[in-house]
This record gives sequence, C-alpha cells and structure tokens, in this order.
Amino acid sequence: MTQRTLTARPGRVQGRDRASAAQRRRRGGRLRTSVLIGWLFVAPALLVYAFFVLRPLVMTIQYSLYKWNGIGRSTWVGLDNYAQVFTDPDLFRSILNAFELIVFFSAVPVLLGLVIAATIRRIAASRLAMVGRTVLFLPQVIPLVAAGIAWSWLLSSTGVVNQVLRAIGLGGITRAWLGDFSTALPSVGVIGAWVLLGLCTLLLLAGMSKIDSSLYEAARLDGAGPVREFFAITVPSLRQELGVCDTVTVIAALASFDVIYISTQGGPGNATMVPGLEIYYLAFSEREVGLASALAVVLMILVLICVTPIQWLTKEDTK
Amino acid sequence: MITGRREAWIGRALLIVLMAGTVLPFLSLFVTALHPAGTYPAGLDWPSHPQWGNFVSAFQSARMGKLLQSSALIVLGVVPVSILLATMAGFAIGHLRMAGHRLLLLVFVFGLTLPFEGIVTPLYLQVRDLGLLNTRWAIILPLIGLFMPFSVFWMRAHFVNMPEELSESARVDGAGTWQLFWRIHVPLARPAIASLAILLFLWTWNQFLLAIVLVDDPAKRTMAGALGAFQGQWGTDIPLLCAGSLLILAPTLLVFVIFQRQFVSALLQGSLKG
Repeated sequence: MTQRTLTARPGRVQGRDRASAAQRRRRGGRLRTSVLIGWLFVAPALLVYAFFVLRPLVMTIQYSLYKWNGIGRSTWVGLDNYAQVFTDPDLFRSILNAFELIVFFSAVPVLLGLVIAATIRRIAASRLAMVGRTVLFLPQVIPLVAAGIAWSWLLSSTGVVNQVLRAIGLGGITRAWLGDFSTALPSVGVIGAWVLLGLCTLLLLAGMSKIDSSLYEAARLDGAGPVREFFAITVPSLRQELGVCDTVTVIAALASFDVIYISTQGGPGNATMVPGLEIYYLAFSEREVGLASALAVVLMILVLICVTPIQWLTKEDTK
Repeated sequence: MITGRREAWIGRALLIVLMAGTVLPFLSLFVTALHPAGTYPAGLDWPSHPQWGNFVSAFQSARMGKLLQSSALIVLGVVPVSILLATMAGFAIGHLRMAGHRLLLLVFVFGLTLPFEGIVTPLYLQVRDLGLLNTRWAIILPLIGLFMPFSVFWMRAHFVNMPEELSESARVDGAGTWQLFWRIHVPLARPAIASLAILLFLWTWNQFLLAIVLVDDPAKRTMAGALGAFQGQWGTDIPLLCAGSLLILAPTLLVFVIFQRQFVSALLQGSLKG
C-alpha cells in the first residue's frame, strides 16, 4: 500500500522511466524490511504457540507410535496403539459415548435454542429479556466443575430431580441418575445441554435481531403462519449463527472432560467414559503414554472431521 | 395484533421457564449449603435453622484467601502477555499483511479447534523437563500458547477492518512501524482488547484440566482446579461441599454481574469469531 502514496505524490516524480526504476528499487527495499518487521511482530506469538502447542502436537503423534510408560525405555510399535484404540472395547466405547453426547451437547441446545429464540424474539427488547440475557449466560461464566458438582447433587437419589418426580406422581422412576448404567450417560448429557442451551439461545437471538423485519411483514402478508415463517425466513437467515452453535457444541461434546471427571469419573463401569477422560487415565494413572497419545490423535482427527464440514458450509454461505 | 400479543406472552413464559431452569442448580446448591454439616438433606427443603456458619467453615477449610491469590496470579501471568503477543501478531497478519501472512494465519487457525486433552501428555513431560511442574508457571506458560490461536484470530479480525489510510497518513508524518502500532493502532483496538481480556480471564480462571495435571498443590492452582480437589476432600459432607462450591464460583459470578454487559457481548462475539 505504500506504493500508492508514492505514486500519488507527483512532485517526486521526475521523468517517468527513471522514477519507476527508482521506485522499483525503493519498493523492493521497503518490501524486504516490511516483511522482516511483520515477521518480527508475529515472532513472539508464533514462538510461544509453536513451543506449547505445535511441539506437543508433534510429540503426541510421535509417542503414539511407541509403547512407553513415560519414564523408562520406549519400544517402537508402529500403528499397534491405533489398532488397540479401535479394537479394545473400552477404548472404542469412549469414542461412541462421545458421539452419543453430541446429541445432548449439540442437537438439543441448538434445536431447542432455535425454537426458544424464535418464540422470545418478539420480546427481545423488553426488560425481562435483558435480565434473561444475564441469567442465561450464568452457565458459561462459572467453571464447568461447579456445574458438575451442582448437577451431581440435583441428580442424586435425594436430589431435586427426584423430589420433583415424586411430587408429580412419577416416584416409580426415581433413582440415582448418575449411578445407573442406563441413565448415567444421558444424565451427563443433560448437564452439557444445560451449560450450552443459554449460549445457543442468545447467539441465535442475536442473529435473529439482524434479520430484516420487512421479510417477516412480507411473509405475514402472504398469509404465512408462525411455523412457515420460522422455516422459510428465520432458519435460512441464521445459517452462520447455526454453524457457530454447531461448531462450539460439537467440540464441547467430543472434548468433554470437566463435567464428567467431577460427576461420574467415567462410571458406573465405563458407562460415561469419554476420550478426554480416558486419555487422562491412560497417561497419568496407567502410564500408557503411547496408547493415550494414539487416542489423543484419534480425538483430534475426529474433532477436525466433525467441525470442518460445518465451517465449510457456513463459509460458503457468507460469500 | 392479537396474535402478536399472544406470541409475546408465550415468549415471556418460555423465557421465565428457561431462566428458572438455569438458576435451579444454583438454588439447590444454596439451600443445601444451609443445612447442618454432615447431614444428607433432601432436595429443595429450606432448613429450619439455616447454618450460615457453613460458609465460614468452608471459606477457612478451602483456604479461599490463598486460592483467590493463586488464581489472580495465574490470570495476571496469562492475560497481559497473551494480549500483547496476540495484538502484535494480529496487527502484522491483519494490517501489515507482509508476505507470508496468509500462511501464518493458517498456522494459527489450525490450533483453533484443538482439544487440550490432545496435547496434555507431552505438555506434562515438557513442563517436567523445564523443571516447572507444581509451580504456577506450569499453568501460565502453556495457557499463553494454548490461547494464542484464538487471541491472534480475534485481534486479526479487528485489524483487518482498520482503514489503510490511517496508517498511510501516520507514515507520511514519519511514524515507524512500532510507533504506528503503539501510538495509533493499540489505542484504537482498545474495545477488541477489552473483550479479549474478559474472555481470557474467564477461560484462565475456569481452566481445570491443566490445573489438575500440572500442579498437585490445590493452593497453586486455578479456582476450578482447586474446586476439583475440594470435591475429593469434602465429597461426603454435602452441605459443606455446596457451600465451598458457591464460594469458589462466587468471584466469577461477582465479576460477571459487575461487568455483565461487556461479558455478554464479549461471549457472543467470542463464539461468533471462534
């Protein structure tokens, strides 16, 4: 861009050929220094990032090819660790669990958030909605660990959930929700849905406020009801926000750790084991660094596989 | 507009239900915290004799003063450095746009979706080899690196929108790149920096995995990491555990209530950019 200033100041130009030659020389010099300066500006960030993210990333891949307890000698095992990730029923189960959690962490908050946001759109400017904005963000602000503790207590055998069920005559289905093999994973899912629902609702609400209201007026004139309006105008206009919600929540599901560590430790049995927790146990309790690293690589690839298409779809739309 | 009014009422009702659902876990924690220590209270029953002293004993046994200090130190270590480095990098990639800026952006964006669990094992070994295990540096240094992709991405998004003419006129006035950065662009980037600071504060304060892996002493961890240890210690005394949890989440809640408007907009933008 500096060339533009130079050419824009004709006072400096004497004789077109000579000037352009001088300019070219000067531009070349300037370009080289500015590249250097640019890289100097990036260098500190890049170094920290390379040392604490890229290097560990490469190391994870390297460790995943060895059998190693983290201290002694390591043995090259090639892709054996990866084979074990996919054949060991416990390890593979953790991956399947993570995918089941996507339903709760992602599908529920996004779909429910969409419906809720569409319903409260009309009161988005009211005082109640302003208070709502603050309250719905609470789960985003507190540590996930605290959410885990609060919900473990809510879902315990004497907790509020069972109290409510008894009050409405459903005493028969009360149980320790997080301790029961069949309900533990969905219960953990509910905690995740609670954390993410408010964020999705507010994101979608913010997106809706940007939709041109004349679109809705036109739809109403054409006789469209709220449902038609929702599918014909609201949902298509929210492509980008929906993409963001999907991305954030899918990553939260696949990489879940805090809530599960606190509420179930992966149990009962392996009912709520997820890759994040399994990596932690393998690496730091069982000293299976190679296996832990293989699972880590698989987890990172799964996240990329799940998130890239969403990103790609939303990018497509904004262009 | 009768339909409009009815819709508005449905909207209000739904919003109130949603808010009630959001607050319920906190309410349950609070009510339970007021029961006599060591009891196993049922659901949402208000105790006949509220034990406000539980908060005092939880405060003391959780060593809250130490925890607050520790978390504050970690935040002070992470946030300013992350912001400085990310602002410089974002400025270069988004505004100077020197040769190679696209590649650099790609390298940083690559780290955006990386789950911390993916690299925590080598991080542990790396921090151990540096001799920093069980110090606050073990949390601070890796977090600066781990937050860098988002921070750079965020600052770049700001600088990309800054008009070229601004820098051109500054250069005509004889400003070097460093002066251009400090005198012109950093002051203008203040809102973007403030939002980033809020997000980084929150993510650092609430960081759990790195805290439990890299630091054994709860008093040197973040608040969230200390809460994990607190649960192990008090897992059987439900009222005290609830009181302690409330105390530990109170600081973020307090900061959130004070700066709520900035928090909400930072969180909304943060998700949109991430």
